[in-house]
Amino acid sequence: MTLAARNLPLTEEQPSFQASGAEIVIRALEEEGVDTVFGYPGGAVLPLYDALYFSKVRHILVRHEQGAAHAADGYARATGKVGVCFATSGPGATNLVTGLANAYMDSIPLVAFTGQVSLELLGRDSFQEADTTGITMPITKHNFLVKRPEDLAVTVHKAFYLARTGRPGPVLIDLPKDVTARVITYSNSCREVDIPGYHPRVTPEAGAVARVVEALSRARRPVIYAGGGVLSAEATAELLVLVERTGVPVVTSLMGKGVIPEDHPLALGMLGMHGTAYANLAVSECDLLLALGTRFSDRSTGRFETFAPHAKVVHVDIDAAEIGKNVRVDIGVVGDLKSVLEALLSDLEKAPEVQAWQRQIAHWREAYPLRYECPEGVIKPQFVVEQICELTRGEAVITTDVGQNQMWAAQYYRCRRPRSFLSSGGLGTMGFGLPAAIGAQIGRPGETVIDIAGDGSLQMTVQELATVAQYQLPIKICLLNNGYLGMVRQWQELFYEHRYSQVDISQGGPDYVKLAEAYGITARRVTRPEEVRPALEAALSEPKPYLLDFVVDREENVFPMVPPGGSLDQMLGGKSVEAHAKRTG
Amino acid sequence: MKHTLSVLVENRPGVLARIAGLFSRRGYNIDSLAVGRSENPALARMTIVVEGDDRVIQQVNNQLDKLIEVVQVRDITGEPVVERELVLVKVKADPATRGEIIQIVDIFRAHIVDMGRNSLVIECTGGEEKINAFQDALEPFGIREVVRTGRVAMVRGARDTDEEEEHG
Ligand SMILES: Cc1ncc(C[n+]2csc(CCOP(=O)(O)OP(=O)(O)O)c2C)c(N)n1
Repeated sequence: MTLAARNLPLTEEQPSFQASGAEIVIRALEEEGVDTVFGYPGGAVLPLYDALYFSKVRHILVRHEQGAAHAADGYARATGKVGVCFATSGPGATNLVTGLANAYMDSIPLVAFTGQVSLELLGRDSFQEADTTGITMPITKHNFLVKRPEDLAVTVHKAFYLARTGRPGPVLIDLPKDVTARVITYSNSCREVDIPGYHPRVTPEAGAVARVVEALSRARRPVIYAGGGVLSAEATAELLVLVERTGVPVVTSLMGKGVIPEDHPLALGMLGMHGTAYANLAVSECDLLLALGTRFSDRSTGRFETFAPHAKVVHVDIDAAEIGKNVRVDIGVVGDLKSVLEALLSDLEKAPEVQAWQRQIAHWREAYPLRYECPEGVIKPQFVVEQICELTRGEAVITTDVGQNQMWAAQYYRCRRPRSFLSSGGLGTMGFGLPAAIGAQIGRPGETVIDIAGDGSLQMTVQELATVAQYQLPIKICLLNNGYLGMVRQWQELFYEHRYSQVDISQGGPDYVKLAEAYGITARRVTRPEEVRPALEAALSEPKPYLLDFVVDREENVFPMVPPGGSLDQMLGGKSVEAHAKRTG
Repeated sequence: MKHTLSVLVENRPGVLARIAGLFSRRGYNIDSLAVGRSENPALARMTIVVEGDDRVIQQVNNQLDKLIEVVQVRDITGEPVVERELVLVKVKADPATRGEIIQIVDIFRAHIVDMGRNSLVIECTGGEEKINAFQDALEPFGIREVVRTGRVAMVRGARDTDEEEEHG
């Protein structure tokens, strides 16, 4: 195969050249400004890997395709750019599925390339054939099967456009091997994309914004409920102006962590199942709920019917299909959050009167703080997270796994910057933390990246320790090791009368320190509370990967907790909160 | 309540699967779905009849609209429309009953399109009620097979089905 055409600029004298489909793909990636892709090779993507061999695009070799998708996802969350991953056909593509579904649920822009068997083998149950576009249809924003090399460049540009505009999401391109191997005369990669059925609404309807302004200026007990959409719209600065001009307190979803510095006096933290009591009470008592870029996940709202029962609900979202999907909405505004907030700010003349409301919230904050018991000699997981937060001043990039570790991280790590709390929200994917940290560290090389991990979760993608070691990524893995599938155990304790069925993972190891060391990663076990801080300091001071195995209180629970299907003002945990619930409920 | 949606989509493989997948995944009930090429060969038009309350119909609308290949969705329920469905019925017929069946065919302005020794194939077009009534009328003779196309619908008059109503 002739590969001479590589990296040739298209000039007027040289308006076209010979190129393979794979070279065209890589060239289109370069045109999109892609600097890094995460992937794992195989037979059907050999042409792509061969073209990559000569490219400036950096390839990070993960150890499992799920890792590639999560790493690309973490990279996208941390940088705001589109994450890219490669996998081969069949098993490579099916291994991507969890990562794609994860990105889809959290509206993360990704472009995934999968190899496919050659066109003449398609549909014959050929070796390593899977119906990748069929399988991924419900978990991608869109997908393509490219049958002609002539269509490759424009498809790549379409995919990036779809992934990052409107409501972002993963887009997949399935590439039959012969399509990428074929050499064609390539003239111009048409970057103008025209998709007749796709016109994301950016500017909001003027009347709708006026209604929001009116509702806001009349409210006495308003609350802003902000989600990940504020981050994807890069609208955190506008949000902060709105909050400071109006004095309206802010609760966030898990995805919304970081939309406002969490040490801000008007930031109430997360609402929902494991939200703060004061966030949940504020939503339960508010008279106006201004929901911005959030999809009213059941984990945030509790029972839909009793959510924000006294409030006029305003919902601003780029995706029209979100308005009214889960909860009733009084005023729906479809548009880009940045434009909507700008319009709102320019129209807003009168700030609402919120002094009494702020006093009420201050009272709740004082009466029902987040807290945990601290008996001597045992490491409380919350304490570890608090120490991480203190030492990094809330300015690190945190990734989490799923379970109790995730909720403690969400509660006790008060993050001060956008795009610095990366967690699997919608899908709740165990094993997300480590590969996401890889992507984040590659996207933000100079920064401290900390993976707050669970022992069950870590084992789901533990092979990515090899990737960390290979690229010497200075990620700090803080394992909250309770020897249990902790969150499941918590549910069994609370709702299944302590029948701990299949959740004890303390037997069978591994010894995480030895495991990390086997990969060449420095590691240390921490068993006493007074060692927690020095261990963290040591890890943070070294510019290399580090694993800390914190042996924590085995049966600690996450509180407060709204039982599944319950209302936000009926929380378990903490006597005072329960007393409040009894009084009012 | 049943709603009729007229949906203009890109005429490409996979689009039908995407639409059908959307309905099953989100738990919406398709009553019928008829597809064919539109006046523009690059686009196909689907008439989808779907059952649900206002909230469900609004969601169906929005979710359909969100699909990349869907160019336009219009709910034409309650508008002045021409609605038709085509049915083919194979009905048992012997010399004794044939005359009676032919009478029914006439009444419904249907057509006999094939004649076997013991059966007739009849084609009938019309609105849903007419088709139902036609089927009921043939029932006593013994229906052997029914094939229905599902509803197709078009807005009456000068306005095209895909044109939005003028607002104010
Ligand atoms: C892939 C996957 N499988 C199963 C679950 C269900 N699940 C939710 S939390 C959890 C336990 C997580 O255990 P661990 O990672 O040790 O974290 P901990 O709760 O102990 O902090 C499980 C099994 C899940 N979220 N993801």
